[in-house]
Amino acid sequence: MSGEKVKLKGIEWKRYGPLLLNREWCKGCGICVAFCPKNVLKIGEDSKVFVDKEEDCTSCTLCELRCPDFAILVER
Amino acid sequence: MAKSLEYIRLDKFPHVWCPGCGIGIVMGSIIRAVDKMEINKNDVVMVSGIGCSGRMPGYCDFNTLHTTHGRALSFATGIKLANPKFKVITVMGDGDALAIGGNHLIHAARRNIDILAIIINNWIYGMTGGQYSPTTPLGSFATTAPYGQVEPPFDVLKLIKGSGASYIARGTVYHIRELDKLISGGLQKKGFAVVEVISQCPTSFGRRNKMGSAVEMMKRQKEETVPVKKAEKMSKEELKGKIVRGLFLDEERDEYTERYEKLIAKAKEVHQK
Ligand code: SF4
Ligand code: SF4
Ligand code: SF4
Repeated sequence: MSGEKVKLKGIEWKRYGPLLLNREWCKGCGICVAFCPKNVLKIGEDSKVFVDKEEDCTSCTLCELRCPDFAILVER
Repeated sequence: MAKSLEYIRLDKFPHVWCPGCGIGIVMGSIIRAVDKMEINKNDVVMVSGIGCSGRMPGYCDFNTLHTTHGRALSFATGIKLANPKFKVITVMGDGDALAIGGNHLIHAARRNIDILAIIINNWIYGMTGGQYSPTTPLGSFATTAPYGQVEPPFDVLKLIKGSGASYIARGTVYHIRELDKLISGGLQKKGFAVVEVISQCPTSFGRRNKMGSAVEMMKRQKEETVPVKKAEKMSKEELKGKIVRGLFLDEERDEYTERYEKLIAKAKEVHQK
């Protein structure tokens, strides 16, 4: 899963379907992973978030709303 | 919502808060409230005191001020009186707002000045090394309470209700959609609005009290709180150990800066005679 590179406000993000990740900002707290209703997200071996099941994402935005580090954006 | 990025000082990111700290979640909620109300970010002033929460203005692209310990509301009062058109938001922690800043809090409420005061309650002084605060629950551990806290905590909202204020609410970072509503309600309110946000400090409070990760602490927010409507139907026994959340007060009261403007007009009239 590499994801398409996207620049927003001069910062690099990676797109996976409706999700945009900034793994530079992610601190691996696991909040988004634990509370995603569809188990879309996981923490990788590098202790940062990755998108495991992109096709299951409903764009509910809960991961974005609860991420303390602004590392996930959901486009609707 | 890529729009959130417009309110952030991107060059300061990633921020300094620990992994899983709730303060960043509160910051997102405040930003969405400002955006939802379509307030120009240059008309917003964010003021903080000292503590982990005190860092928030550094990351937000509003007019921002990081002041001295407990004095966010004193600076905010001056700003609001000097230029009442500003939307003024203070961000304080439990130690900052209720211990060293406790007097400013009750008097801001008494005056009913149009400020939104966000109190991020994580039960502890995080930044200064885990000392107990006025909200640390009885029996909880802190560096200054190695055998358990011996003092009972404040009920923040009762304290403020007794002092004044127009709008009083309590949310958690777990119940994030509800928190967004409570914070935008407070921002819309003309008068002193207080939103207490139950938030996790995994580093200083969670670890010392063996509460597990940030995720575990957020699960507790879900399990240990009840909405105000539901609480009304519960017995004292059932409510034991529960924290009630939601909107507690939303009242129209005379606002301080408006009263002050009238006073100025009156004084001018007297002098012209
Ligand atoms: S909530 Fe944010 S910081 Fe925490 S793991 Fe998910 S993306 Fe990373
Ligand atoms: S938008 Fe909702 S479903 Fe999609 S990853 Fe985030 S929390 Fe999961
Ligand atoms: S010490 Fe606690 S309150 Fe401070 S940044 Fe770390 S987790 Fe957050």
